[in-house]
Order: sequence, then structure tokens, then C-alpha cells
Amino acid sequence: MDILKLTALELAHEIKIGKITCVEAVKEVYKAYSEKDSSINAYISLDLDYALKRANEIQKRIDGGDIRSELAGVPVAIKDNICTKGLKTTCGSKMLGNFLPFYNAAVTEKLEQADMIILGKTNMDEFAMGATGDTSFFGAVKNPLDHTRLSGGSSSGSAAAVAANEAIISLGSDTGGSVRQPASYCGLFGFKPTYGLVSRYGLVAYASSLDQIGPIAKDANDCMAIMKIISGNDPLDSTSLNADINFEDRENIDFSGIKIAVPKQCAVMSSAADKFKAMGASVDYIEIPFFDYAVAAYYIIATAEASSNLSRFDGVKYGYKTDNYGSLAEMYRKTRSEGFGSEVKKRILLGTFVLSSGYYDAYYKKALKIKELVKNNFSKLFEEYDFILTPTTVSSAPKPEELKNDSLRRYTDDVYTVPVNLAGLPAVSFPYGKDENGMPLGAQLIGQRLSDVKLLKTAKAFTEVVR
Amino acid sequence: MNYETVIGLEVHVELATESKIFCSCTTKFGGAPNTHCCPICTGMPGTLPTLNRKVLDYAVTAGLALNCEIQKNNRFDRKNYFYPDLPKAYQISQLYMPFARNGKVEITTRSGVTKNIGIHEIHMEEDAGKLIHSETDGITLTDYNRCGVPLIEIVSEPDFRSADEVIAYLEKIKSIFEYLGISDCKMQEGSMRCDVNLSVREVGSETLGTRTEMKNLNSFRGIERAIKFEAERQIRAIEAGEKIVQETRRWDDLKGVGYAMRTKENAQDYRYFPEPDIPPIIISDDTVNRIITAMPEFADTKAKRYNEQFGLSKGDAELVAGSKHLAELFEKTVELTGNPKEVRYWLVGQIFYLMNEKGIAPEDIKLSPEMFAEFVNIASSDRINKQAGKIVFEAMFMSPERFDIEGFIKENGLEQVDDTETIRSAVREVINNNPKTVQQYLSGQTKVVGFFVGQVMKATGGKAKPDTVNKLVNEELNKL
Repeated sequence: MDILKLTALELAHEIKIGKITCVEAVKEVYKAYSEKDSSINAYISLDLDYALKRANEIQKRIDGGDIRSELAGVPVAIKDNICTKGLKTTCGSKMLGNFLPFYNAAVTEKLEQADMIILGKTNMDEFAMGATGDTSFFGAVKNPLDHTRLSGGSSSGSAAAVAANEAIISLGSDTGGSVRQPASYCGLFGFKPTYGLVSRYGLVAYASSLDQIGPIAKDANDCMAIMKIISGNDPLDSTSLNADINFEDRENIDFSGIKIAVPKQCAVMSSAADKFKAMGASVDYIEIPFFDYAVAAYYIIATAEASSNLSRFDGVKYGYKTDNYGSLAEMYRKTRSEGFGSEVKKRILLGTFVLSSGYYDAYYKKALKIKELVKNNFSKLFEEYDFILTPTTVSSAPKPEELKNDSLRRYTDDVYTVPVNLAGLPAVSFPYGKDENGMPLGAQLIGQRLSDVKLLKTAKAFTEVVR
Repeated sequence: MNYETVIGLEVHVELATESKIFCSCTTKFGGAPNTHCCPICTGMPGTLPTLNRKVLDYAVTAGLALNCEIQKNNRFDRKNYFYPDLPKAYQISQLYMPFARNGKVEITTRSGVTKNIGIHEIHMEEDAGKLIHSETDGITLTDYNRCGVPLIEIVSEPDFRSADEVIAYLEKIKSIFEYLGISDCKMQEGSMRCDVNLSVREVGSETLGTRTEMKNLNSFRGIERAIKFEAERQIRAIEAGEKIVQETRRWDDLKGVGYAMRTKENAQDYRYFPEPDIPPIIISDDTVNRIITAMPEFADTKAKRYNEQFGLSKGDAELVAGSKHLAELFEKTVELTGNPKEVRYWLVGQIFYLMNEKGIAPEDIKLSPEMFAEFVNIASSDRINKQAGKIVFEAMFMSPERFDIEGFIKENGLEQVDDTETIRSAVREVINNNPKTVQQYLSGQTKVVGFFVGQVMKATGGKAKPDTVNKLVNEELNKL
């Protein structure tokens, strides 16, 4: 049996029935890592000793019939902006290159309690800013399906690790598409839950009002299984929801009566839309003009929050600090100039500008209004439709040189993913086909608030029919 | 030209909740550096704030007590600036939607003038840490124990015209918050801090002059001196034809001078924006009503009641009611003895006297109502007279821990003498020794009776019962 080909649920099953041990699973995944990661660069840190120690403990429990979750014994990789006690959490930045948290993120705690095995921390665009996977201080992540192409980002390593079989399943974070887009480039499932469903405690913030942790996995059921583990109200996160949502519900969905809207500009989705039709859903092509405004509003709100969230990295308490300085002001300036990469600095400057006195109303306040409009427009659409179907990305994974002379494209490629974060909605990206180069294409289904389970079931039904 | 000073205050008050505003760390004052903190209040990456509901309760209580309109919709904002004592590099505060607006406080100055001071708004925020500068090696260290201690900032209207009014206002707020138990308002420990916005203008002018803001004022005396200094500085500048610059000034209490820190042009841009980590907070009518119902009686009402119910003079009543500690001591002792007249006698006569004499603050009085009551019961019996009572009271008041009233009276032989024969012989002796005064009495100067009474009291060591002495002096004199 090829352990690496199994989904997380399949592997958990094999472990449960005793065909595979957790230790074997960890070793097998580690073998793939040692063979491939020098070229892929999916991980920033990997702690094999800890993983093996955990695997042994968990195996003992499983042998004794103590199975703590559906995914007990399964190795998992997590994005390096999710705090892990005693394991470096760098955010892909020189600034936190040696940062060792003494506390766990809420999701880290939950994965451990569920007896999943945290193998390591995945590479990412610095501080989750970027959609290319090439802004990390620790080097660019390569797309495992074609090393000449970008992995996508910012959860670049989380997607690449699963695609390269260096992980069975992983967690990323999604502020404007950072889970869905790399999942799409790497031919995987990427799920962005309803805002507030997963605690953000211990997720190093990029844009607090938009950030949400989500899984990257081989199929929809794996997403469901890990969502069951990581979701739920957290008193330490005031924005976390107290929602009654059942990720154990894996019943097949009945497509009769399901109504799907496709934006008119997304004619490229017609083949996928036809498949939903064939399953019994109805599909309408409609005008959705507000998508275009969302990107602009997104970059104002996200950078504004980021400029504040990243201010704490000032050389005083932890992380990088410049060697030579005369005054406090110079220490701040040099630490931050040397510690942050150019994309992060660009966004901090933009965010500082839009919040500064005299510009606040013109930019930040206006962006908040657009955010409300986007939210309301979505709500109206969901009065009539169950889902909105779009491509996840404008194209399949590009080559770095394609973006070289088109820096604006680094931002506008997010057009289908960012409105979802602005409105706090759930969305899933799933592979629906391949382009002329054999690179995967991702479809995105957007659902209304708390329709997370229904969304994942719909994506699952689609892939089963295609198969 | 005649000038008037126009002052507005920003008063920061630490709320006396047990835990901090956004985490469960203790708010206790002191402690070894960085021992009262956690990943949340030190702003470690990924951590999030959650509002302590008790802080909201205390804040609303303060707002209601200062007659504010409590705002239903509330939100926190981030105030961004870099400083090593602020670990997140932003302070969570309220700019756009403060929880209380449009209040007022009635003050009475030492000279007896009563007026209303408007409250513009009150908002909640978190405190910052403190920097410790090492003198020996030039290193600056940070102590984050105060980070996240809850504060409210009370912003007044520019309604003050003198330092006197400012002090009366601060004392009033201190009294109210003490009664509410929401803050101890100790300036020396920083649980009450005050920034003074001051401008001067020609008397009769309607427009406000350019103001300066003075920071770092940490005693009532310092505030008084700083106001005087700054008002005089501004008047001198205007008289000399200079323009007042809008600036932040720092008061150096040791040197007794203020100096400019930064001008408006160099003012920081705090880039306030809504705190995304804390959802909007609704203060419901139910919450407001619950807090109103639980409001204690404040100094003003109490003083009025003491005056009407217990016959304290208006001034005495205000003094007692002005301090929660004194008021509690008074009311409990009255309750235990059922003798308000006697309690009032000792409280006003002796406690006020001793507080003044020994420089004791009301909150530092250690005498318990139980002991005070025991004393009052003894003093109102025939056991000791007033003069002996004063001796006992002072000893008891100064060190009430395990004080034995009965034992003290016995040891010092202070028990009242009411033995007719002993007193009569003392009276006779005094009469015999003062033939001249006797002559005066016989010639009709009856007021010399007091002299004889005094002499007899002296002769009996102050222990004789005054009524009996009086009676016997008159009897013996009439026999002559």
C-alpha cells in the first residue's frame, strides 16, 4: 500500500484497523520530504524527533482503543504563521526568523488533542502577504506539479507539501485567497471557512477582520474531518462564532432545487456548470458587478490592518533587531527596514498611508463602505441562489517570469477570492479540470454564512461525478 | 489687562477590577517586573484581546455616576504609535464611539462656590507598561506589569477657571469613585492621572485662546503649582506680544517648572481605526438599569441626610460624607450604639482634630466601628467624664489594634469620681484656699462659680463628675 497516496481519512482508517502504524506514516512522509523538499522548499521547520515521539504515544493509545478523533495518528503540516509552542514560528520572515513561541495557537492545541501529529511548519509568503509563494525570506516554493511554475500563496508550503506528498493534509490561512489559490494551483482542495468558525488565537495576524485558518487537502471529506477538529467557539477569540454546525454530516447532497449563480464574466466555468446541471442543479449566468470593487477595498482594509498588526515587530521584545543604532528611532527604523521584505514593507507603507490623518475618510472609511456593500450584495444573491460558482484564479499556476513585468497582476489575480473574505463567507476551491499544459484548474464555490458543510458536500459530489 | 484662565481636564482613572481589561492577569500594583503579564497583555504574535465584562460594568457605573448618557453602541479603536512601553505598538482605546457622553459634575470649591463642570465624554482604554532607566549602565528596561490595566479617560469641557475648581473636581471624582468601589484614585500610585489643557483670555472674551497641554501631573499640589506656573507664563508671553504655541508641555514638579515637549506640527498621527479583534459591544438598557439600581448613596445625598437626620452641621456633614471611610465609620457606629449625638460629638470633636493634628488621611484610619461603639457606650455612661474620655480616645485612635478601653481606664485611674464626701471635701478645700474669690462671689459676682468648679476638677485629677462638682460647689457657696 502506498501510504502517501491515501487521503487523511483513509490513512486514519488503516491506522485504526492496524494495517499501518503512526510511526510508519510519519517515516514515510518524512522520506518524501527528505527526497523532495530541497527542490520544493515546502517546509521551513520540520521536527522529526517530536513527530516520532508523538507518533509513539498516539500509537499506544490507538492500540489501547483510545481513538481521539477521526484523524488520530495522521501527520499534518501547518503554516508557519500558526504558533507552535517550542517550534519556530517565522511567518516566512527574517523578522521572526528565530521566534520560538511559548504558547500554542488554538488550532495547534486542537490538532494535538485530536492526536494528529504535527510534522512541521510550512513555508509561506512573508507574513501571508502575496499570492506567489516567492516572497518568503526562506526562499520561493516550487509548484510540485511543474517546478518551473509558482505554487501560489500565501499558504504556498501548505499546498506544495500536500501536492508533493510531503504531507497528508495541511492547514493554511486565508485572508484574500491564500488557502484557495495555492490549492487551486496545486490541484487540491482548499477550504476557507465562514469567518469566526475557526479560532484565530495564535494565528499571527495579517488582516484581523479577514484572516481565517482553513485546510488544504486531497478531498472534501478530509476538509470536513479536519474542520470538525479545528472549528468551534474559543473564548480567547472574541470574533469566534458560537455556531451549531455539523462537520460529521457526510450524507450525499440532493441537487434538485439547488440553484447556482455564475457571474457572466466567468463563461470559462460553463463546463463545470454543465456538470452541476447534469446532477440536477439549476444554473443562471448573472451580472455580478461588485467583484471589481472588492479588490481595491480589500487592499485598503487588509494593508491598513496589517500596518497596525505588524507594528509590534519593532526589535524591542523578540525577533530580529538591528545591530547598530544610535537612537530609539534609528533602532526602530533599521530593525524594520532590515527585518521585513519588500512586499511586506510595500503593504505597511500603503496601510499607514490609508489610515493617516487626512486620508482616512477618502480611503479607509470608503473601503469599509464597499465592504458593507459587498456583504449586502452577497446576501441579496443568497436569497435566490445557494452558491456562486467562479474560477478560483484567473489562470492556472503561472511561471514567475510571467509576473515579472506585470506587478499589478500580483494583486488583480485575487478578484474572485477576496470578495469572499470581505463578506466573511465560506468558499471551497476544488480541481475541475486541466489546462493545455496539464496544470490543474480550480473552481470556487461560494456559499452563504455557515453553509460550510453544504459547500464541502457539493464540491465532493462534483468530484465524484467527474471521477 | 485682566485675564481669566480656561482649563479643561483629561483625567485617567484606573479601574479596580481584579484582572486586566483584555486578559486574566492580575492588576495588583507592584510586583517584580514582568510577573503580572502573559502573551496577551505583552502583545505576543497571534494573541487576541477579549474584553473583561467587569471593566465594562465599572466603566458604565462611572459614566452614570458622572451623569453621562451611556452609549448603546460601543466599539474599540486602535491608537497606533511606537514606544517601548507599548508592546503591541498600539493602544486599544475608544476614539470614534466612547461609551459615555454629555455628563456633568457639581463641585464646591474651598471658598464655597458651587458650579457644574461638563463632561464631554468618557472612554475605556488599556494602560501601557513602564520604562526603567538604569542610572549605572545607561540601559533602559521595560516592565509590562501595568500593560492592560483598565483605564477610563474622563474628558471635561473647558469649564474650569481656577486651580481651586480643578482640585474640587478631582476630589469630587475621587470621592464618587471611592463610594462606587471602582477605583482608589491614588495619584501617587498612578491610579489617577491628570492632563491639564490650559489657555488664557481677556475677561469677557467669548473665544478661547490657544491652549497648551500639560502632562505628567501626579499630585494635587503639583497640579495647583503647574496651573499657576502655566497661566502666568502664558499671560507674560501675551503681554510681551508673543504668540502662544499649541504644544504639549511637561511639568517638572521637583524643579517647579514646565517645559515644552512637542508642538502641534510635530504631533503624532495615531492612525486610529476600529479594533478588528473586538466586535462592537452593545450596552443594553438592562445593563444600565441593573447598574443604576445597585448605585450607592453618594456624598451629596449622604451629607444632606446627616444634616437632617443626625443634626450634623452642614460643614461637618460634608466632611464626614466626603470620605467613604469616615461615612462608613460614622454610620456603622451610629447603628451599633443607637446614639448619633454622642458619635457625632467624638467624630467631629476628636477624629477631625486628631486627623488634622497627626496628618492622618481618612482611608488610613484604623479605628473600627465596633471599638468606636464600645468607647461611645462607656463615654456616654457615668464611668468617665469628657476630659478623661479625650485621653482614652486619643490613645485608642492612634493604636486601636487590640486596644483595651477598660484596662486603659483602670491603669490610668481615669474612672469618674462621684463620691459626695470626697468631692465635698475637695470643694471645701478650694473655698478655704481662695478667700479673695469667695469675697467676689459674696459681692454678687456669681460667674466665679466656674472658677471653683475648675479648681475642684483640677484637684480631683479631672476625674470628678462635673454635675456633682457643680451641685456641691453651689451648695457650699450658699452656706457661706
